[in-house]
Amino acid sequence: MTVSPDLDRRFREAAYGLDLLDMGFDVVDTPIGPLFVAASGHGLAAISFEAEPDEQLESLARIAGPAVLRSPKSVAEARRELDEYFSGRRRVFDLNLDLRALPPFTVSVLHELARVPYGQTTTYGALAAKVGRPRAARAVGTVMNRNRIPIVLPCHRVVGSTGDLTGYAGGLDRKATLLELEGAR
Amino acid sequence: MMDAVAIPPFERFYEQHRVEVLRLLRRRLGVDRADDAFQETFLRALRAYRRLEHGEHLRAWVLTIAQNVALDMLRRAKPTVELVEVGADDSRPAYEVLADLTDGLPPKERAAVVLRYGYDLSYEQIAAALDSSPDAARQATSTGVRRLRRSASHDRIS
Repeated sequence: MTVSPDLDRRFREAAYGLDLLDMGFDVVDTPIGPLFVAASGHGLAAISFEAEPDEQLESLARIAGPAVLRSPKSVAEARRELDEYFSGRRRVFDLNLDLRALPPFTVSVLHELARVPYGQTTTYGALAAKVGRPRAARAVGTVMNRNRIPIVLPCHRVVGSTGDLTGYAGGLDRKATLLELEGAR
Repeated sequence: MMDAVAIPPFERFYEQHRVEVLRLLRRRLGVDRADDAFQETFLRALRAYRRLEHGEHLRAWVLTIAQNVALDMLRRAKPTVELVEVGADDSRPAYEVLADLTDGLPPKERAAVVLRYGYDLSYEQIAAALDSSPDAARQATSTGVRRLRRSASHDRIS
């Protein structure tokens, strides 16, 4: 015996509709592969290239609380904006972000990162200078590396001082693809 | 280490127990009404989930919630139903330990006593299972215990 997809869907929708979730997640299909996407009442909280949720649920629960459930409606807005972005119809994301539990330096770096325009690149050093810590390029690199919300917080637009792509959580191929999509390469 | 068992993300808890919950509800209510009860059961669990203090006995906890949702639905549908009979088979894991001892108690008191002393759950958790307040859960537990004491002393006399 199994729980029918319809019954399962109705429960998940009711849980979302009654605002009982600390965090809802789903998998969103994109041209660069399936993405794990999670959002809370505060906003978009995570995007991961590791689409298999198993790894992520505990860390989401630590951030937001244990009421973490797969809930397509929770990520409907993010899904729509990602679709638009990947089809070239959106250059700026208009989503609230859930940056709870991040240290102040990380948050200030991410705020600056969010201002790097579509189709342009910057360097770790330049970003460090923007947050008033010109010698903290390496620390900025660490923040990029741990960016919980890639694509929407565009760490793919940050490259090495020589123009090398240097690294990306989703792999360098994906970084290159995103920059090509934006016409930056 | 005395670390309490961590509370799993609700998704895992739901996936782990949903089939068993649905099976129990179908047995109690029939296929048609089981769907509504299924949703109600997991919504009650979800409402209480943030207040859980540890992740132990979650299976017993959710099956007790399901049991009570089924009782509520049967009560609403047919006020004269024999409540003791409704619950009287061996599929209620929460009652395994204290089943014989608490057999004569009213359902809510019985559930409260078993969850408190059989599974060591907090009154918060019991309240969620019974869909009532922690105070009411405490009350049901102590009333149940008093009733057991009375019947125990009565047994000795007779």
